[in-house]
Amino acid sequence: MKNILFLLFVGIGSVAMSQQIPAPKQTETITIIGATAHIGNGKVIPNSIVVFKNGTLTTVQSNSGVNKHLGKVIRAKGKHIYPAFIAPNTTLGLAEIDAVKATLDVTEIGTFNPHIRSIVAYNPESKVTETVRSNGVLIGQITPRGGYISGTSSVVQFDAWNYEDAILREDDGIHLNWPKSFNRSGWWAQPGSISENKKYDKQIQTIVSFFDNTKENTDTPNLKFEALKGLFNGSKTLYIHVNGEKEIIDAITFKNQFSILNLVLVGAFDAYKVTDLLKKNAIAVILKRTHSLPTAEDQDIKLPFKLAKLLDDAGILVAFDPAGGMERMNTRNLPFYAGTAVAYGLDYEKAITMLTLNPAKILGIDTQIGSLEVGKDATLFISSGDALDMRTNNVENAFINGREINLDTHQKQLYRKFSTK
Amino acid sequence: MLNMKKYLPILFVFLWFAINAQEHFPKNNGIKTPNKGYTAFVNATIYANPTKIIKNGTLLIKDKKIVAVGLNIKLPKNTVQINVKGLYIYPSFIDLYSDFGITKPKRDKNFSLSSQWNSKRDGYYWNDHIRPETNAVNFYKYDVKTAKALLKLGFGVVNTHVKDGIARGTSVLTSLDQNTTNNTRIISQKAAQHFAFTKSVTSRQSYPTSLMGSIALLRQFFNDVNWYKNQKNTNDISLDAQINNESLPLIFDANDKLNAIRVSKISKLFHLNAIIKGKGNEFERINEIKATNARYIIPLNFPKPYDVSNPYTANQIALSDLRFWNQAPANLAILAKNKVSFCLTTADLKAKKDFIPNLLKAIKYGLDKETALAALTTIPAKYLQKENVIGSLKKDAYANFLITSKPIFDKGSIIYENWIQGSKNILEDRNIIPISGKYFFQIDAKKYNIIFTGESNKIKAKVTLDSMVLKSKTTYKNNWLNVLINPLDTTKTEFIRLISKINTVSEFSGNAILENGTKTTWKAIKERVKPVSKQRKKKKNTSKEVFILPVTFPNIAYGFIKKPKQQDFLIKNVTVWTNEKDGIIKNKDVFIRNGKIYKILDTDTQTFNKNFIRIDGTNKHLTAGIIDEHSHIAISDGVNEAGQNNSAEVTIQDVVKSNDINMYRNLAGGVTTSQLLHGSANPIGGRAALIKLKWGENPDVMQYKDHKFIKFALGENVKHSRSPYNSHRFPQTRMGVEQVYMDNFTRAKEYDYKKKHGKEVRYDQELEVLAEILNKERFITCHSYIQSEITMLMRVAEKFNFKVNTFTHILEGYKVADKMKQHGVGASTFSDWWAYKYEVNDAIPYNGAILHKKGIVVAFNSDDAEMSRRLNQEAAKAVKYGNISEEEAWKFVTLNPAKLLHIDHRVGSIKVGKDADLVLWNTNPLSVYAKAEKTFIDGILYFDIERDLKQQQLIKKERNKLINLMLIEKNKGVKTQKPKKKAPKLYTCETVAY
Repeated sequence: MKNILFLLFVGIGSVAMSQQIPAPKQTETITIIGATAHIGNGKVIPNSIVVFKNGTLTTVQSNSGVNKHLGKVIRAKGKHIYPAFIAPNTTLGLAEIDAVKATLDVTEIGTFNPHIRSIVAYNPESKVTETVRSNGVLIGQITPRGGYISGTSSVVQFDAWNYEDAILREDDGIHLNWPKSFNRSGWWAQPGSISENKKYDKQIQTIVSFFDNTKENTDTPNLKFEALKGLFNGSKTLYIHVNGEKEIIDAITFKNQFSILNLVLVGAFDAYKVTDLLKKNAIAVILKRTHSLPTAEDQDIKLPFKLAKLLDDAGILVAFDPAGGMERMNTRNLPFYAGTAVAYGLDYEKAITMLTLNPAKILGIDTQIGSLEVGKDATLFISSGDALDMRTNNVENAFINGREINLDTHQKQLYRKFSTK
Repeated sequence: MLNMKKYLPILFVFLWFAINAQEHFPKNNGIKTPNKGYTAFVNATIYANPTKIIKNGTLLIKDKKIVAVGLNIKLPKNTVQINVKGLYIYPSFIDLYSDFGITKPKRDKNFSLSSQWNSKRDGYYWNDHIRPETNAVNFYKYDVKTAKALLKLGFGVVNTHVKDGIARGTSVLTSLDQNTTNNTRIISQKAAQHFAFTKSVTSRQSYPTSLMGSIALLRQFFNDVNWYKNQKNTNDISLDAQINNESLPLIFDANDKLNAIRVSKISKLFHLNAIIKGKGNEFERINEIKATNARYIIPLNFPKPYDVSNPYTANQIALSDLRFWNQAPANLAILAKNKVSFCLTTADLKAKKDFIPNLLKAIKYGLDKETALAALTTIPAKYLQKENVIGSLKKDAYANFLITSKPIFDKGSIIYENWIQGSKNILEDRNIIPISGKYFFQIDAKKYNIIFTGESNKIKAKVTLDSMVLKSKTTYKNNWLNVLINPLDTTKTEFIRLISKINTVSEFSGNAILENGTKTTWKAIKERVKPVSKQRKKKKNTSKEVFILPVTFPNIAYGFIKKPKQQDFLIKNVTVWTNEKDGIIKNKDVFIRNGKIYKILDTDTQTFNKNFIRIDGTNKHLTAGIIDEHSHIAISDGVNEAGQNNSAEVTIQDVVKSNDINMYRNLAGGVTTSQLLHGSANPIGGRAALIKLKWGENPDVMQYKDHKFIKFALGENVKHSRSPYNSHRFPQTRMGVEQVYMDNFTRAKEYDYKKKHGKEVRYDQELEVLAEILNKERFITCHSYIQSEITMLMRVAEKFNFKVNTFTHILEGYKVADKMKQHGVGASTFSDWWAYKYEVNDAIPYNGAILHKKGIVVAFNSDDAEMSRRLNQEAAKAVKYGNISEEEAWKFVTLNPAKLLHIDHRVGSIKVGKDADLVLWNTNPLSVYAKAEKTFIDGILYFDIERDLKQQQLIKKERNKLINLMLIEKNKGVKTQKPKKKAPKLYTCETVAY
């Protein structure tokens, strides 16, 4: 069977050595029977039936055997269904090849760039994104980098003809890179020691004055201040990228000072030290990549693996952050970041929630996305094995809004091409 | 305000210029007849040297030299006798590692973004950082201010050099006498030759860009010196200079414990008998330091306590840095205890005045005073072979000596005079009468109390009237005491002035000038103080015993207090991934004995052998240790020697760093062997080191002996594709890369031919290494990406009749798998990396699978300190991408890299007789849920997940203890340093900086 499938693929592959064609609208009802359904809200249905119609989930329940099998039936006994995994804080589609400057649209110059919008540079045809979605990550928050305020992100799904097609939520939030109280002296060729950042307080003041100025009413609209407005009426979320304990406390003080309604911390390595404060202020965390080194020589060598559990135990809303070295191509490993957290004590279904419903809540798309619940979008995938383990992750079908997307990639095409040699 | 100085007779110090003028110099400011009399210091306790103490002795000097030292010395007629009864005489101190009187060389200001590849000098050695022709004597200018500071510390002679460059030329040995000229001061114009690993600031020549480059450069240089001796047609100012310097003692600034071991190796190779300047952290590797058998110059720059009052910032300080503060003062005691020969230097001290307090601290931490004295006198003299003239008080030696109030290392000992070359330098007035104590006096029927504290002319007074403290100012010089007392009402300007010439201590009197200007007399009478009972004193002493944390191996967090030993283990009822014909077998008992895999038996619940430590393996998996073919952890100061396109002369083996925490982190991920590779800056990179991650051991113990691999590199990195400036280094294209190889191998072939046929060659490290490749004695692992360059290198190799051993990274290997198979090369690749540069645009995660299916030995490597601790997960990706069986996928990170590294006869599988490098996993090792619970190397348990948990607790406790100790210091008013965080050094192929 596999061989036949393989040949079939070769057939397709040899024609299409380019981007995959976005899938058309769902026309036929689809029923998936027998899979273990990981709902995304912590629940799991071992032998499930999942039905969706016109892009919307109509049935998600235990397979009692008496249900009518509607439309196209996918038998998935022994397999797993998950809501689409979500990559918050990603630069997918903003760059193609790190080392080739012409392909980079990640960082705009300037210190305060709230008016810079990632969505207009988002390339829905990135070859990198194909490899990401074929591992189950179907949605991303496209986020610019750099400066104090790097810009405004938007949430997209990964199967689209153009950026407008891709949008799930446009301009969802503003990203602020909090200054560091400790920084490294020297320059790249001769890095110095890491010592106290003497300008830290001043740098915070710079941010504070910038926000202060938004209160001034001027006759001519100021692009930057206009972009910030959403933070004060709750239509936008402020994402503060921050890791140190002191910095987190300062960031939260800042939020309260300006009555910003929605704050999410990104990175937040030290968040485990201030969980009470986070809980009190109902602040969610997009947690630094699990596959990271400890931040200090004498730290628990497995601490990055354990942070998700530590925060979850404290009742914090957590999602996994793919950012870091080679962040775009490594986003296909996002499920495994969660897997490692499970290895170090996190409950499995909680880990799924952190990849699905939690980021959906953080990004403000949870009415549509994030869990397998009737009425929500049929944005989900089937893996023949446990999707959090690279040993078994094997995405066979993936649907975005009920549309079955093509899981082929540039890499699979090359694989097929050179397997014939 | 009154000028008080008016009341003080001004006493000038005798200046001895006349005596020390040069015989051949004309003299126009007085008579030329010199004073050639004898001077005798009598009734002193004389330390002629640290072990020869003469009580009530006499020191007789004439001119610059000592005539006699001892008891019952017959004094010649007309000898001036100086009675120093109750005082002590020591030889003045010597500092061998100084840049006294040398202006710091200026940095080359001609900054350009493009690297400078060649030397800009003409007539000298090809590398600007080799400067043996520098003679400090040509730059030496007596520096009055620094001299004064050094004299105060007791130094009489320093050996000073230009601290710049790798070969630094000669030093000048000079006295510090204030009263003469350099004609007299200079004892030796060329006293020693100096070396270091750091480059000259005067040149921007790129090479060397790494520590291993400095080491290789030195090796080539010393070989060139020998070669040059037989050259008639070449001139080289530097090499000539070095030949002239050869007989001088050689001082090498290692500036670190591991570097000291590295210096010692160079020293032994070229019979340099180097004197090694250390850093103060030698105690951390004391056994290895001892084994160098070298002599050391040790600084006394103990770290200040950190300011840990802010818990956020205190959190940033690494335990190892906190700990170093606690342990460093014990360095000298530990060196002495281990019988390492050393002398002391003021070098590296930011404030020279800290020298004596730090020395006293070292003594408090266990250094015996005799060794301390020797380290400042006889030892440095001996190191320079000048023991006849300096360092001890004996006939014909220079009259360089100190007169002190107490034994010199006693608390409160004052150095009164520092005589140098028979010339007197007064530091403190030794005739001053000590008046410290509590006195009272009456003026205008008011009774004042006055308490004097401090020594001699630094005395301070506290004046009280009816228990009210009055502000006052005191000077005490030449036994003239002058006290100025402010009125109680500070708004008034009516002072009382007291003046008295002191003759006796119990009471003294003098004139007093009152507020209204009236002159009267005053008389101070000393109050008797009850002597402190001896018992109380003793108690006080014991409570001050020093607390020193034990040194761990390595001396950072997670180090072992006691190095773990080989033990015999029995792992029962475990699933064994043999990597052999048996495949994955369940319910086995694996015996480890003498560091080897001893037996593998079916689990028999009856088996119980008390000679083996039993480990329950039920539901667990036992595998061979992971082998990382491509790693850059555990490397000191630079992974790339980027200064030239062929750097075959350098080797990572020279710079293995045994205290990198990433080794421990890797062990926790089941890694037991790592190949530490040179970076990818050059087509011909450096040689590799292969280590077992024996946490706590020294670099030599970790390394596989005779590891004969070299890193090559192709593509974007070597052609400087992403330089931020226009690079001018050849090659700039893949076409040029081929020619770099053609050129080098052609020359190596010729070189090898000449050598084999007994013809003369100039020893060339690079060609030696390349000839090994041609002779199939050394093997290439080549950083490579795209298919064209992969094919090219194989064809070059074939032209020279050898094979490329391994292509590393090799992300387009799948496109030329058949060619690779034909050539017989292996592949060590990434599981799923791509898109980070243009040459990996076609990289696919199926690469490993395709190559494997073509019959090529495939490994997955890390090239990354984070990923290397999860290589088991990376192996699983071979299952995911390309459907490799689990058994074969596991070999990608164990047996296959072992094969590529030619160590599969020792490691890589679980087979009786092989090294017991094993990992016990909680579950299937390919699973994301797998955790290494125990990691063994050679039957030694190096990582244990339970011990790790305990360690974390100990680290917390130790941090807390140290932070509290530092807070105590801060509260005492001790100066602190600002918290700093240890900057991690993480290298990848592309790291050029260090």
